[in-house]
Amino acid sequence: MALIKRKGEKETPGISTSSLPDIVFMILFFFMATTTMREVELKVQIDSPKASEAQKLEKKSLVSYIYVGPPTKAFSQMGTAPRIQLNGAFSSLQNITEFVAAERDKLSEKDRPDMTVSLKIDANTKMGMVTDIKQELRRANALSINYAAAKDKGTTGGM
Amino acid sequence: MAKKTPEVNSGSMADIAFLLLIFWLMTTSMNVDSGISRKLPPLVDQEQDPGMDAHERNVLMVFVSGNNQLLVAGQRMDISGLSEKAKAFITNPTNDPNMPEKEMTEIPLLGSYPVSKGLISLNSDRGTSYDMYLHVQNELTKAFNEAKNELAQQKFGRDFSDLNDEQQKAINKAIPVKISEAEPRNLTGGK
Repeated sequence: MALIKRKGEKETPGISTSSLPDIVFMILFFFMATTTMREVELKVQIDSPKASEAQKLEKKSLVSYIYVGPPTKAFSQMGTAPRIQLNGAFSSLQNITEFVAAERDKLSEKDRPDMTVSLKIDANTKMGMVTDIKQELRRANALSINYAAAKDKGTTGGM
Repeated sequence: MAKKTPEVNSGSMADIAFLLLIFWLMTTSMNVDSGISRKLPPLVDQEQDPGMDAHERNVLMVFVSGNNQLLVAGQRMDISGLSEKAKAFITNPTNDPNMPEKEMTEIPLLGSYPVSKGLISLNSDRGTSYDMYLHVQNELTKAFNEAKNELAQQKFGRDFSDLNDEQQKAINKAIPVKISEAEPRNLTGGK
């Protein structure tokens, strides 16, 4: 670009790239601040149901997740019946109370009433299982729940 | 001095930063979680189900059977008609005596507004699929959202989502989302 011409006249200087790292770092920090680390590795298959009225879940730091679905291919020896996953491991219904208590302890005192439990449940799960989980959540006094569903416009003939 | 120590070459700094950036892009997720929010009733004695003491005209029974059939107030119904039916139930525009009673309530910004005492009781069988259940929840939510939007248009001339916090609070008070998820029918038997 910058051909050296040994002449008296001034030449247009090349664009300085020295501030490029700063710019890229700025983008990096922006991403670090706005995104969250990918959640735990899923061990269950979840095919979220669709809902036209689904709303964005606010304040992710206050949300705990319960995953329910059939085990993925890697865990196919566990059968195809829906299983509960809490944090990174398969779990059972009895552990939900404990899980909720642990999640609640992680939050600060003033955030605790706003804790939400998001239920990520496979569409083919039977309600019996879901009701059991809901009963367990009521027992744990985690009353604010959210049925995870993909935002969907149109198919149900929405707006 | 004949020779100066050469400066550290910072030309590759950009590359390093780019690598970091790409690493971050790969490992984080930006997908927004969405869903339908609900409040569970606190655990109390089963007799204290709010659906029990309410007047019959104030309760709309919605039941989803084990083979995913929808029963509304005892009658078979297609899912597409549910939101309309539910909306008519909660707003009761004609003051039908078979539909929920209304109670005049003083609400800031709206003044005196007849708040419906209607309650939708949602019940499901243990064999119902979650997909169907959420579909029903979605239709009910839609009914409430439409009713809220209509009131917001009528009172403030704007959609519910465009109102400010205070106005939204007023509308929420005028049209309370009352969906009671009664205890499952055969909880003791199925466990």
